[in-house]
Amino acid sequence: MRLTCPYCGPRDHQEFTYRGDASAVRPVLDNTSIDDHNAYIYDRTNPDGLHRELWNHTSGCRTHIIVERNTITHDVVSCEPVGPFAEQLK
Amino acid sequence: MSGFRLNLRDGVGANLSDNAISFSFDGKNYRGLEGDTLASALLANGVSIIARSFKYHRPRGVFTAGSEEPNALITLHSGGRTEPNIRATEVELYEGLVARSQNRWPSVNFDLMAVNQLAGKAFSAGFYYKTFMGPALQGHKATRFWWLCEQLIRRAAGLGRGTTIPDPDHYARMNAFCDVLVVGSGAAGLSAARRAAASGARIIVCEESARAGGALVSTPDFIDGEPARDWSADQISELSAMDNVCVLTRTTVQSYFDDNTFFAVERVTDHLSHKDKTSPRQRAWNIRARSAVIATGALERPMVFAGNDRPGIMLADSARRYAIEFGTAPGRAVAVFTNNDTGWLAARDMAKAGVIVTAIVDVRADIEPSIRSIGEECRATIHSGSAIKSVKGMRGVSGIVIANYNELTGELGDDSKSIACDCVAVSGGWSPAFHLTSQQGGKPTWDAELQAFLPGEPLQKWHGAGAMAGEFGLTRAFRSGEEAALKALADIGVTIPKQAAKAGSGPDIDGDEIDYAPAPVFEINSGGKSFVDLQHDVTAEDVRLAHREGFVSVEHLKRYTTLGMATDQGKTSNVTGLAIMAAASNKPIADTGTTRFRPPYTPVAMGAIAGEKYGHLAAERLTPMHDIHVDLGANMYANGPWMRPETYNLPGETVEQAYIRETRAVRAGAGLVDVSTLGKIDVQGPDAAEFLNRVYSNGFAKLPVGKARYGLMLREDGFLFDDGTTWRLDEHRYLMTTTTAGAGRVMEHLEYYRDFVWPDLKVALASVSDEWAGVAVAGPKSRDLLKACVKKCEVTDKGLPFMGIVDGVIGDIPVKIARLSFSGELAFEVYCGAHWGSALWHALMSAGEKFNVVPYGLEALSTLRIEKGHVAGPELNGRTTPHDLGLSGMVSSKKNFVGSVLLQRETFGKEDRLQLVAVKSLDGQRIRGGSHLVAGSKVQPGGSQGHTTSTCFSPELGSYISLALLEGGYKRHGEKLFATNPVRNAHVAVEVISHHMVDPEGGRMRG
Repeated sequence: MRLTCPYCGPRDHQEFTYRGDASAVRPVLDNTSIDDHNAYIYDRTNPDGLHRELWNHTSGCRTHIIVERNTITHDVVSCEPVGPFAEQLK
Repeated sequence: MSGFRLNLRDGVGANLSDNAISFSFDGKNYRGLEGDTLASALLANGVSIIARSFKYHRPRGVFTAGSEEPNALITLHSGGRTEPNIRATEVELYEGLVARSQNRWPSVNFDLMAVNQLAGKAFSAGFYYKTFMGPALQGHKATRFWWLCEQLIRRAAGLGRGTTIPDPDHYARMNAFCDVLVVGSGAAGLSAARRAAASGARIIVCEESARAGGALVSTPDFIDGEPARDWSADQISELSAMDNVCVLTRTTVQSYFDDNTFFAVERVTDHLSHKDKTSPRQRAWNIRARSAVIATGALERPMVFAGNDRPGIMLADSARRYAIEFGTAPGRAVAVFTNNDTGWLAARDMAKAGVIVTAIVDVRADIEPSIRSIGEECRATIHSGSAIKSVKGMRGVSGIVIANYNELTGELGDDSKSIACDCVAVSGGWSPAFHLTSQQGGKPTWDAELQAFLPGEPLQKWHGAGAMAGEFGLTRAFRSGEEAALKALADIGVTIPKQAAKAGSGPDIDGDEIDYAPAPVFEINSGGKSFVDLQHDVTAEDVRLAHREGFVSVEHLKRYTTLGMATDQGKTSNVTGLAIMAAASNKPIADTGTTRFRPPYTPVAMGAIAGEKYGHLAAERLTPMHDIHVDLGANMYANGPWMRPETYNLPGETVEQAYIRETRAVRAGAGLVDVSTLGKIDVQGPDAAEFLNRVYSNGFAKLPVGKARYGLMLREDGFLFDDGTTWRLDEHRYLMTTTTAGAGRVMEHLEYYRDFVWPDLKVALASVSDEWAGVAVAGPKSRDLLKACVKKCEVTDKGLPFMGIVDGVIGDIPVKIARLSFSGELAFEVYCGAHWGSALWHALMSAGEKFNVVPYGLEALSTLRIEKGHVAGPELNGRTTPHDLGLSGMVSSKKNFVGSVLLQRETFGKEDRLQLVAVKSLDGQRIRGGSHLVAGSKVQPGGSQGHTTSTCFSPELGSYISLALLEGGYKRHGEKLFATNPVRNAHVAVEVISHHMVDPEGGRMRG
């Protein structure tokens, strides 16, 4: 599988580290609900079809990207940068 | 069977040169010719029994002439180069080659383990499941008895044995990109490569064999007026000479992955007598192809009949190839048994090469006159509408018995006729080799006309050509190769004008035009052992038994009978097995379906996969002081990727003596240890303080400039993640240190929060682990040592209090000194730019001379921190919380941070959680790492109540000690237990004590 890094171009997935489901959003800092945190850490939908994933180009420029990927066909639909510099990278 | 060398003449022995080569098999010396494979050379020497079978130890000979070989598996080389289960049909002969047979005792010709045949009925399908999974007879004792039997049986059944000696060879990896990858260089592959290459596109052609050309090498056909093998050789050299083409022979494309990525293994020096040490033994290719032409041909399949595994029975086309390519007669009198026309061509070609073909037996009653005349041409007796009933001979073939065969009912007549022969060449039709496309998900479809599965619809960019796509015969192979190439070019945006495409259409072929479709006959059922999967000893009866026992899906059939699960992955047996299954369940083969092929296509050496990640090419990380440690005679030790000094042994000292001496020297005076391996992260920005406050469990918001603080990091689930000190260098700048092993994952952890969770925080992170060299100076004399060499700053208790940081100079070297202690002694960490590292070490060593300073290694470092009760990797094991390790005081209740919420989970408050204690040996015995803490005796230890984590001999306590995690440990100080380790036969009486074993009040480090 190859992912397209906004800095480096198409690169082998071995250069990246998978950081988990990108649709899981951490509760805000002052939210102290155990249930909400539990859901953030453990509840996953495991979809067949499109899945939003967070990847870090750890063996490259270390940019985080959100990859939309089809879990059935393994097609990569999109790779979008995230982070404080995401806008400049787009 | 007794094969022999034919008189080499025009077209016979096309692969061979006159150069004689000596080699040995099972300790006996033989001679072969250059160009031979081990299989062809053994055949030429009349060696017929080459292996013993997997379960029954039946004698087996050469069955094929290629990588699909199920029988002739041998072990090559010795020592660290030992390679078991190598197909003799693929081994190119070279001077001095040493091979031996396997799975036999005492010899392959006389194998006592063949008694397994007598118990044949017991070893039927599902043997293991039925025998070893029943209820125990008398509690667990009966189960143990079965385990013992299983071990004995497993030893008797099997393949070759590998070695535990490291492989001395080296391997390489290559990443390659191309526009079109052509897999296979037969007629279809060649024509595709020619067409694609002419467009200027970048082409890679991979050919499994040593010689490119596929079937063209052995066909008697003529192309453009030339013998096909000469024509193909010319074509290959033309292609190889082109700048945009890379032709790789001896290269098996093993796997087809996503994104049109192919994995291939090139055997670079395996065939050479004198191996060039600068070349890798094998090279693993990762090929990314924009499009691909798969032209992998077809594999001949056998017919299943009683006694069909005798040495001397082989596939018809392989027998033909031995005669033509290798000038080797597979036997003195060959009978051909077939259900299709290609068997007849094999008979004709063998006869032309000088092999005596005595009979042609065809299950079909009606044979085309043109084919029938072939039989007359080679002076064989023709038996149409007949089939083999049984095979005569025990250790080989002495003849066959045939009877009339009714193709419609599958019944044999009562008549029987004996035919004398020592070799049977069998053809049961052809199965397209679509393994690669099946791997990537294309579902094969059954073609009733061809009696074969064909590759399904492409899910990626590939196009099939030639026999692989069901396009049999040279004319169709050439045409389909051209077409596939045009489609592949279209994939990459190159279109060839129609006329140009036509003008270059195929060469002029002068050869046979036959029907490749076989009669739908797979098995002649006459009772007696009929093997479907030769390598795993699966019989037709096993398949039917599986069906009777309810295993109706092909996936279940495969796993229950192990059909197609051996090293050959059923290349010659899958379709036949499915056909027998379909017949048993009265279903068409199309409805039975087929299993999906998995990578790799043939077995791959682990070395080829590992490539340069191991051995002398593996990457090692060295600290700036590495050479100094080596010069001091340190035991260098691999700690993850880092090479670190374990101990600095004096002459005659053991490791244990060395670390005890080093530990004592530190506690009595001063010692130096290289701490450059610690992870270091530069954290900057106006929100750096807030960021750190959120990722550490203890407070960081109020850390003053010029001070360091020990911090704990948790994961979101509340478990401990890493620890380290963070130094506030400036208002908006911090230097964070992490554990050596945690450096990478802490950086990723922080980046995740910076980029994804709190992108609004103004904070920047940079890994500076390699930019700083660090030396820890520890011991009561450490301050005096620094006073003697540090300039431009104060290192007194007032100038540099505990956890303080100062900037100073040692010699010419600008340094940062922090007063931190891992050992529990008065101690400092001195950091400088990495390029100053060795100068810093020397400066500190010479300043320390009058204080008897010693260098100390990882063992002493560890001993000092165990005595002090400081936690490290073995305690931060991903299953411990701050409270479990006595670090509750490090958890702030005044803020929210990563892990703060789930740390409140009820389960973390339970009193019986594993908690950090220390244990002390009571009987002078060494405590082993990973021992379990139990209350009972060595024989009846009782349940585990915890385990030891970090162990050492403590000079301070004069005893072996260990940190340990013990159920409810905080309330159990003073209890007596045992640290038991059955693996190392250790059972040590211990006392549970507090983990603060040295200076619990911390007076020393604060002094």
